[in-house]
Amino acid sequence: MNEVLRVEKPGLLTTIQDLGRPNAMPAGVPAGGAMDRFAHRAANLLAGNDEGAATLECTLSGPELVALRPCLVAITGADFNPHVNGRAVPMWTGVFMSEGDVLSFAGRRWGARSYIAAAGGIAGDRWLGSMSTNLLLTRGGMQGRRLSAGDVISVAGLQAAPAISGRHLALHELPDYADHTLAAIGGPHVTRLGAEGRKALFGSAFEVSRDADRMGYRLEGPMLELSGDELLSFGLVFGAVQVPRSGHPILLMADHGTAGGYPVVATVAGAALPVAAQLMPGDELTFAEVAIEAALRMRAAQRVALDSLKS
Amino acid sequence: MPAQPSTATVRTHPLGEAALLAELGTRLDTALNTRAIALAAALKKRRDVRQAIAGYSTVTVHFDPDQTSHDALTAAIRRLASKRPPMAEPGRLHRIPVVYDGPDLEAVSAVLGLDAAKIVEIHTKPIYRVFFVGFVPGWGYLGPLPEELELPRRQVPRTKVAAGSVAIAGRQTGIYPLATPGGWHLIGRTSVKLFLPDSDPPSLFRAGDRVKFFAAQG
Repeated sequence: MNEVLRVEKPGLLTTIQDLGRPNAMPAGVPAGGAMDRFAHRAANLLAGNDEGAATLECTLSGPELVALRPCLVAITGADFNPHVNGRAVPMWTGVFMSEGDVLSFAGRRWGARSYIAAAGGIAGDRWLGSMSTNLLLTRGGMQGRRLSAGDVISVAGLQAAPAISGRHLALHELPDYADHTLAAIGGPHVTRLGAEGRKALFGSAFEVSRDADRMGYRLEGPMLELSGDELLSFGLVFGAVQVPRSGHPILLMADHGTAGGYPVVATVAGAALPVAAQLMPGDELTFAEVAIEAALRMRAAQRVALDSLKS
Repeated sequence: MPAQPSTATVRTHPLGEAALLAELGTRLDTALNTRAIALAAALKKRRDVRQAIAGYSTVTVHFDPDQTSHDALTAAIRRLASKRPPMAEPGRLHRIPVVYDGPDLEAVSAVLGLDAAKIVEIHTKPIYRVFFVGFVPGWGYLGPLPEELELPRRQVPRTKVAAGSVAIAGRQTGIYPLATPGGWHLIGRTSVKLFLPDSDPPSLFRAGDRVKFFAAQG
């Protein structure tokens, strides 16, 4: 059997996620997938999986899981202080669990989302090409819902590399999660802001409001005034910063609606999205305007760090 | 016969380092939308393009920055857009029964100075085009709505609109596939399911389809 972990306590909000279902977007279905793709990919590689395998995305608190058989796991992303049988275990490291071992979390130290991978890849319901859970549409992952106590988690059994415990990603190879400056590229409608507005967007601190979830974060800060006519709706992307009539920007995250008609003034660089994914209500962020080339260099650096885990 | 597309009208804007917005125009226009759908289809065939989604008059292109660049793809888009699009096949025709008893019908009637029967007559007359599908699963942006029914959105959006509600706003009409917030004027309802989670694609409507409403009894 492929049953590998039993859920004793589910944590606040734990869902099965992979890299999403971009092919479903033309039907209006959000692509979804892991919020912090760097942590998600790293967890899989540390566990010897393909990067696209499913992991558990744990929000603000971790679950308590019992190993039903020997298995290798890796915990990445936000630090919720992981323990096995009451002893602290390192993050960003392959950790071996024996049958009966208990993985638990002592409490949040920083960040919003922690990822747990298991060798073989977490198994879940596949919907439109992805195991990612969409809670609103109740599809994918664990029957389209968050984990609850008593759930049994299986692995898909597709192991790309032999499972080696102790594999590790060094601190300097991680995105700088403590720096909440998000590199961003000017968006299609940035000229509607005018010089003052552009300065406000790329020079001010914004606070993540309480209205922040997997769909997006409403930001509080200077009100952005835009000129120009209403736009016809168009396709949106993860990381787009749109400005509704209220003037308070919204940063679109993994479960964002596929289309909308509000002006997009910036798009956060792909390599900065992991940092955004770890922000919580009350956290401050700033947008730093960068050129496409700089965003590509950041992306390449993260690729090198992840590729170092493949050897 | 539509005018020969001009390459000068295609503008591209970055959406981050791995996507771009190609803008064929800014008007709600069937010919522009036909070109956008054809451009999206042509782009999807490229190996360096991961996804291409046509909007009203735009294409949002997700690409692999290891295989191409914003500038190289822009050049390719200009070449593709300069070609006359293949003759678009008429989209599938959906006949949608509507019970015209929406909660905003009376208010719409008062604002427009048209009685309810006239609103139904005007709304059921055209064959609408599905410009594209998006926003929420299965939502089709339908239009153009006849000018006589043109209204700005509601001042205060509803926090919840019932699934199946038939609505109008601006030169557009549509059907809410799911219970969601919404700011359009609700003039009727239908029992036809728009979001089909167990089908692939999971949407009744596809970009380029045609829709005809007819009045049904509740």
